[in-house]
Amino acid sequence: MGAGRLYTAVAAGGFRRYATYRAATAAGVFTNTVFGIILVYTYLALWDEKPHLGGYDQAQAVTYVWLGQCLYATLAIQGGGVEKDLMERIRTGEIAIDLYRPADLQLWWLATDLGRSLFQMLGRGVIPFVFGAVFFSMYLPTDVVTWMTFAVALLLAMVVSFGIRYLAALSVFWLMDGMGVSQAMMVLGIFCSGMTLPLNVFPGAFGEVVRALPWAAQLQVPADVLMGESTPLRAFAFQAAWAVALLAAGRLLQTAATRRVVVQGG
Amino acid sequence: MFIEVDGVEKVFEVRKKTGFLKRERRQVRAVDELSFTVARGEMVGYIGPNGAGKSTTIKMLTGILTPSGGRLRVAGIDPSRERTKLAHRIGVVFGQRTTLWWDLPLIDSYRLMHRMYRIPDARYRENLDRLVELLSLDTLLDVPVRQLSLGQRMRGDIVAALLHDPDVLYLDEPTIGLDVISKSKVRDFLRELNEEHGTTVLLTTHDLQDIEQLCSRVMVIDHGRLMYDGPLAGLHEVGESERTLVVDLERELPPIDMGGAARVVKVEGPRQWLAFPASESAAPLVARVAAEYPLVDLSVREPDIETVIAKMLHSLGDTPKPPSDRTTA
Repeated sequence: MGAGRLYTAVAAGGFRRYATYRAATAAGVFTNTVFGIILVYTYLALWDEKPHLGGYDQAQAVTYVWLGQCLYATLAIQGGGVEKDLMERIRTGEIAIDLYRPADLQLWWLATDLGRSLFQMLGRGVIPFVFGAVFFSMYLPTDVVTWMTFAVALLLAMVVSFGIRYLAALSVFWLMDGMGVSQAMMVLGIFCSGMTLPLNVFPGAFGEVVRALPWAAQLQVPADVLMGESTPLRAFAFQAAWAVALLAAGRLLQTAATRRVVVQGG
Repeated sequence: MFIEVDGVEKVFEVRKKTGFLKRERRQVRAVDELSFTVARGEMVGYIGPNGAGKSTTIKMLTGILTPSGGRLRVAGIDPSRERTKLAHRIGVVFGQRTTLWWDLPLIDSYRLMHRMYRIPDARYRENLDRLVELLSLDTLLDVPVRQLSLGQRMRGDIVAALLHDPDVLYLDEPTIGLDVISKSKVRDFLRELNEEHGTTVLLTTHDLQDIEQLCSRVMVIDHGRLMYDGPLAGLHEVGESERTLVVDLERELPPIDMGGAARVVKVEGPRQWLAFPASESAAPLVARVAAEYPLVDLSVREPDIETVIAKMLHSLGDTPKPPSDRTTA
């Protein structure tokens, strides 16, 4: 119980911390809205040529675009979540201070990142999505149950997203610098989570592979849950399996990494 | 004994690239056969040049680093095996790093400590009120940490380290970069903490005054070995260190002659610099200069810790190259 209160407090801190960057949030809302408009017209042109591409109709394609803009910062799809801070702390050796505390490193950062995700969704993600719903015709479920299953899928997506970025951040223990990893994660994240095009449109073996990768759990799966293209249980199982695998891998890497900690930063 | 260190060593393996796919492995002995004990309630200065092994020792004492050999106990606990359990009993303050939440108000970090250390509500309130008052932070609790001055942030970090009533406090350069007033605030506070709560304090610093005003005992480490363990006065004796009396005379005069009590090391117009043994009082010397010369102003300068240590290490016949460095291909 005590642990629950601690990590709730940590998550609340993560939320408030990102809430202090007001100008960045406003700029983000503007950017996501503009990008959304550009992408929507591109998608509409594409779906005009190829109706039912990837099994979506036009309204679904539009929904997919605005959901992507809503989740872009929420799930830190191109990076820039708490892993950025973590990388910096590892690089400078400040991570040693975190280890003096009676708290679990992974849970600590997971809680911070969930707080951050929640703020990014409410502060930055919702407005572009509502904008889309008002000015374009979107496919949106009308029953509460679907929205609730979507909320669960979203929470699982947040955990998977953190799992990937935590592994990337811990690599700095060995690489001493996070620039290269961040770049690679950004490219992989944008493409493999389906930010450029829905993963459903990719045919053949390539499509099978990208849909099985953990990034698919971030945008593609919640989108399919929202639009009734996937059964909730199947979606949850896929996301939960990746969440568990990534968190377990993170834990292993963390154990190996904390043995090294020490060398850096005197 | 509260802290027991017995024959502790720490060997790091450093790999260096020497060619294509060729690597040289080298063992660096950061701490070598280190042994000491600290009783509960002691306040000990732990000093030494950069890279001497101070941080490595602290990291082993807090359990984030496992010793390569020897035995180590803090409050009866083996730190590296029960790091989390020990964490509830220790406080750590780094002068150059902060545990506080950078973008959020100071009070948010404290609320987090409350949860993290599971401090009972009443005790948390009581400790917070007392610490905040003693370190004059009451008006700053709602200010984001990034807006605090260095001295304020430092005091904020000290509060954070003490909210859970730790038995032992590790301080690493707690007064670095602080102005005179902030320094004395921090020192007064630490003295009181030690006297009233019996908190054991291990203090790492480059500021000799920190040690002089706080610690009855000093340990000097170099190349991972304990070179000196005893009172500060003894360190001055071993190191034959000197303080400097700077006097401003009414006019330019030939070097002051004080016999064996002091020697003039520098003359610049009416200002003269006299060196005298640090183990002796400045009072008789000042009285004699004032009686025999037209004195306008004076000040006493303390030797800096590096000079004292360097002299001490030199007088103990320490060689500059670490004898324990070995190269294995």
